[in-house]
Amino acid sequence: MTTALTDTDQNINTDKPIVRLENVDFGFDQRLIYKDMSLTIPRGKVTVIMGPSGCGKSTLLGLIGGRLKPKRGNIFFEDQCVNKARGNKLYALRREMGMLFQNSALLTDLTTFDNIAFPLREQTQLDENIIRLMVMMKLELVGLRGAHALFPAELSGGMARRVALARAITLDPSLVMYDEPFVGLDPISMGVIVKLIRELNDALGLSSIVVTHDVSEGLSIADYVYILGNSNVLGHGTPDEILDSQEPMVKQFIQGLPDGPVPYQYPADAYLNDLRHQDNGVDKTRIKS
Amino acid sequence: MIHALISSIRTLGKNTLGMINRLGKAGLFLIPSILGMLKVLRRPRLIIAQLYSVGVLSMVIIIVAGFFVGMVLGLQGYIQLATIKAESSLGLGVALTLTRELGPVVTGLLFAGRAGSALTAEIGLMKATEQLSAMEMMAVNPYERVIAPRFWAGLIAMPLLAAMFSTVGIIGSWLVGVSQFGIDHGIFWSTMQAGIDLREDIFNGVIKSAIFGLVITWIALFEGYNAKPTSEGVSLATTRTVVTSSLSILALDYLLTAFMFGGLD
Repeated sequence: MTTALTDTDQNINTDKPIVRLENVDFGFDQRLIYKDMSLTIPRGKVTVIMGPSGCGKSTLLGLIGGRLKPKRGNIFFEDQCVNKARGNKLYALRREMGMLFQNSALLTDLTTFDNIAFPLREQTQLDENIIRLMVMMKLELVGLRGAHALFPAELSGGMARRVALARAITLDPSLVMYDEPFVGLDPISMGVIVKLIRELNDALGLSSIVVTHDVSEGLSIADYVYILGNSNVLGHGTPDEILDSQEPMVKQFIQGLPDGPVPYQYPADAYLNDLRHQDNGVDKTRIKS
Repeated sequence: MIHALISSIRTLGKNTLGMINRLGKAGLFLIPSILGMLKVLRRPRLIIAQLYSVGVLSMVIIIVAGFFVGMVLGLQGYIQLATIKAESSLGLGVALTLTRELGPVVTGLLFAGRAGSALTAEIGLMKATEQLSAMEMMAVNPYERVIAPRFWAGLIAMPLLAAMFSTVGIIGSWLVGVSQFGIDHGIFWSTMQAGIDLREDIFNGVIKSAIFGLVITWIALFEGYNAKPTSEGVSLATTRTVVTSSLSILALDYLLTAFMFGGLD
């Protein structure tokens, strides 16, 4: 099922991966999301996770962050098992992770400045002067030093995303996870976020995981790509390798074809039955008449 | 006919199991909340901020309601007592009614409507907008940072608000009894002073209102924390907070009254 991309696989195996998923099963109630899924996230690179809606892209970030627990298998971050960590141990692992949520998730009762200072005030005993220095540096990095006194409700979608990004890197994590960072942004804001993800990853020596269904932006930013679907990894490789992939589902997704291995129609009973209001062999139109 | 009967029994069973399940969840919610309450004592500023939004902002409705309830008690009390020439006992009757029953109960009902619903909506929206998840990812425990200060605020604010309600209510009844109907000023206060017992009446009233505060805040925070992260889910949770906590107050009031003032000996 997985696209054969041996040269890149070797690169990943030689570099020690920052995140490993091993034979993970996960589902919500009866709905299966992952079945025996394994993947590795390379260190120091921007890894983009793509796939059709509902394939479990954001779920992956929940599992890596320890907010969701797998039914089977293990998730390792820096060789430590996230799904078995509890309490302070889990919080210690999370201090090494930053996360940008889809709707920014800024604390609405705090200003931009206080939002970025929040993790510092909660996690450190630093003096307020030093906190101010650090917050201003992060704000300068995302170009929003001038907006430090604004509340989240006063920020545009793109600005809120940048503030959330600044907050995600406040504690200098080794891994930053981005959940749909391009959704709902105008082209300029999107360009800014793309630039920031790339530059922050390289300048701060981070590892980044970007979850998106935006193919062009995703491929433009990626060092490595995973395409998820059918409860597992459909294909993975560098952006060029993904573009050349002959895997039918990967091709359908990358080319944005409306019908193919992922069907256009949601599974349903026979069309004629629905048109005639038939249900379980009972013709409702006949009963009504 | 039999199908309808089986179906209604099945629905009853399903609803009962659902209710037991929610009770269990609410119990489990209480454990990390209490642990958080102990830890947050080191950060009184968080509690004070919540005391303001839960307590201070509820003061207007409590004081206005207390005043009118007191005036009505004064009016009705005088009319009834006058028929048996016992209008001099108005002060004592109103004070006992307010400190023992109406103070804690009506304050509880108003508190559930004003502060309880606000707490549920706030926590529910924080959940819907992933603010609680963001805190977890910043290694901040939401039970300690968000839930515990609000729990303390509810627990502290309710007895204070109930005391204000009773005080203003007594003033309202004094206004009606003394100013309007001409009851002797000295008799109004002296019967009250002689008849009200600090432990039996005031202290029990304070305990009652503290318990109501705990229950209302518990329900409000639990409903908010477990609300479905949609506008419909938050709306449903808010309604549930007001209904559940109002009914809980009334049921608990009977039990507490029987326990405190006799009947369960």
